[in-house]
Amino acid sequence: MTSTSSAFEYAPAPESRSIVSIAPSYGLFVDGEFVDGTGEAFKTVNPATEEVLSEVASGSEADVDRAVAAARRAFTRVWGPMRPADRGKYLFRIARLLQERAREFAVLESLDNGKPIRESRDVDVPLAAAHFFYYAGWADKLEHVGLGTGPRPLGVAGQVIPWNFPLLMLAWKVAPALAAGNTVVLKPAETTPLSALLFAEICQQADLPAGVVNIVTGAGDTGRAVVEHGDVDKVAFTGSTAVGKSIARAVAGTQKLLTLELGGKAANIVFDDAPIDQAVEGIVQGIFFNQGHVCCAGSRLLVQESIHDEVVASLQRRIGTLRVGDPLDKNTDIGAINSAEQLARIRELSDIGEAEGAQRWQPACDLPAKGYWFPPTVFTDVSPAHRIARDEVFGPVLSVLTFRTPDEAVAKANNTTYGLSAGIWSEKGSRILKIANELRAGVVWANTFNKFDPTSPFGGYKQSGYGREGGRHGLAAYLKGADQ
Amino acid sequence: MIGNDRLAVRKTYKLYVNGAFPRSESGRTYEVTDSKGHFLANVAWASRKDARDAVVAARGAFAKWSGATAYNRGQVLYRVAEVMEGRHLQFCEEVAAAEGLSSSKARAAVDAAIDRWVWYAGWTDKLAAVLGGANPVAGPYFDFSTPEPSGVVAVLAPQQSSLLGLVSVLAPVLTTGNTAVVVTSRQRPIPAVTLAEVLATSDVPGGVVNLLTGDAEELGPWLAEHADVDGIDLTGAPAGRAMEFEREAAGTIKRVVRPPATEPDWSAEPGLSRMTPFLETKTVWHPMGV
Repeated sequence: MTSTSSAFEYAPAPESRSIVSIAPSYGLFVDGEFVDGTGEAFKTVNPATEEVLSEVASGSEADVDRAVAAARRAFTRVWGPMRPADRGKYLFRIARLLQERAREFAVLESLDNGKPIRESRDVDVPLAAAHFFYYAGWADKLEHVGLGTGPRPLGVAGQVIPWNFPLLMLAWKVAPALAAGNTVVLKPAETTPLSALLFAEICQQADLPAGVVNIVTGAGDTGRAVVEHGDVDKVAFTGSTAVGKSIARAVAGTQKLLTLELGGKAANIVFDDAPIDQAVEGIVQGIFFNQGHVCCAGSRLLVQESIHDEVVASLQRRIGTLRVGDPLDKNTDIGAINSAEQLARIRELSDIGEAEGAQRWQPACDLPAKGYWFPPTVFTDVSPAHRIARDEVFGPVLSVLTFRTPDEAVAKANNTTYGLSAGIWSEKGSRILKIANELRAGVVWANTFNKFDPTSPFGGYKQSGYGREGGRHGLAAYLKGADQ
Repeated sequence: MIGNDRLAVRKTYKLYVNGAFPRSESGRTYEVTDSKGHFLANVAWASRKDARDAVVAARGAFAKWSGATAYNRGQVLYRVAEVMEGRHLQFCEEVAAAEGLSSSKARAAVDAAIDRWVWYAGWTDKLAAVLGGANPVAGPYFDFSTPEPSGVVAVLAPQQSSLLGLVSVLAPVLTTGNTAVVVTSRQRPIPAVTLAEVLATSDVPGGVVNLLTGDAEELGPWLAEHADVDGIDLTGAPAGRAMEFEREAAGTIKRVVRPPATEPDWSAEPGLSRMTPFLETKTVWHPMGV
């Protein structure tokens, strides 16, 4: 490890966790109430301390069946026939309740996920509320979505979400589904079920009719039961490309509609005319936001050859000031890796990076003794064939490659089976627009990175999936048009 | 042709790949008859290798076709209609023979097929406005979304409607800027070969459309699993095989259009539902500041 000048000392500034009360155990949320699961309960831990936070029910096939039946009843009897404006009002209520209890959600999210409170407080939770507020307004305007007159909901949506943005991914899935008139059965990730269960309480406080939202916790088997259930009309999944493929296979030959938001290996392209200081901030934001547990993370830095040394030096200097540690500390930049399993994967791929000949650089930083931690890492001398340039690491690991011409930058950026996102850094507008045009990626951030908004469609090209979340495009995933 | 004792010059029916008309590399042909069972032609029977060559051609043509201006693509598609119009009689005879239609019904199908190109030609420069736009994000950013083509699309054309059905599945793929590898109706391929001749003389760049006469049952699995095919329309998949093709397509996360339970009435106005499955949405963000 190379040492850089460490940041000056801060006194600890932890957010109080007293705002959250976590029950020793949780059941499933089915038909408006918490019920015992019939599968074997599992523990969810705080990845920063390895402390067990709670025991959570695991949904069996029978549990999923009950949840789907409840969702079907609610769709047929209550939510489907309801005046669209009233559906919207329920969603507005949910948005407001999320705002009212925002700090509680933020602390809970950081405890269960390991992400810095600065991010859960300033990004995850406000964006989740914003998604509900945005889609609430659509509920009585669906004929303006652009699918022709009289668009119809699909019915029961089965939704499976990942652990990197537990509440936000819930909002991305649930808000448009409900606004379009569907009911949902949602399976949160195994390692981060708690914010979804707190969301169930929000549904109760909102007096949302029973069965409109059902939350079935569990692992892969539970997710499979949701996806493969015969009375589910729509499947929405965010997660790995491997699981996405198996889901696409599972729904083949059925009438289920499918949207997939899968992995990525985004190129973040820095041209020699870029504002270097801004670009370095953007690179850091692109790869170290949420410990790099971001499908759209800017994990492949493509730097024009002439400025490579300058950018890397500046980047290392900046990374040396990042604070890794207690997720609840307001000054923390990088929190805990979400699970022991994910940490093992990050370590494995990093070791392969070194074994294949890339140079690993990590700042000197003290990592807590307990919990799952990985320091921010930069690989230089990376070739496009290296696994750290091709595989999604899903951790705080940046691979640096170079290019000479804009054409080479585009060719290298597009040389991946993924196509979720990309970044461009340049002060030249015409260059930005041309490169943005040529990149085969669903989201292109120019002179910024990792920005999200409910009005802005998000989703991938190629093996990063299909369908969009956000904007009116996000509604199309939950509606049948007149001509369909 | 009637009342004339001149011996007709018959045509050799070949594939249409990369702007040329090759025979199948396999050397295979199969016999095509009219609806009453009378011999019409021995058409080329495309092989797996032909399908792979067609994908290479379609990939090669993608950058130019998707990069053409929407106005230009619209004019090219309109020109397809113009050139078809000149072959109206030929299409009517071929459709009538292939589908066993009365001459008035065949004419209606050909009219509708030509008009469908005109309808889609008018869409090329409207889609971005209808399907994209500026997104009012909560921050100092200019953020806009545009539709872009998925890439290379494999099309298993309808088995019944030899021309109108074919145009109805092919035109939307081209309108949106994709390039196509089409497996024609197995029993009724002749109007498709004539359409290939129209495409070859309509300013459609070579490789943008590749038409393979042959068997969707044989070629479907290869196209469904091909790693350089981005989407597949299973409309003409043989009964009972579509699920298997869709499973194969899952291995590369292809965009899939499932087959309808029965072949639809192609005369109805299509709407957007055949264009959106092979369109991606790209969202671009840029900060606003001074």
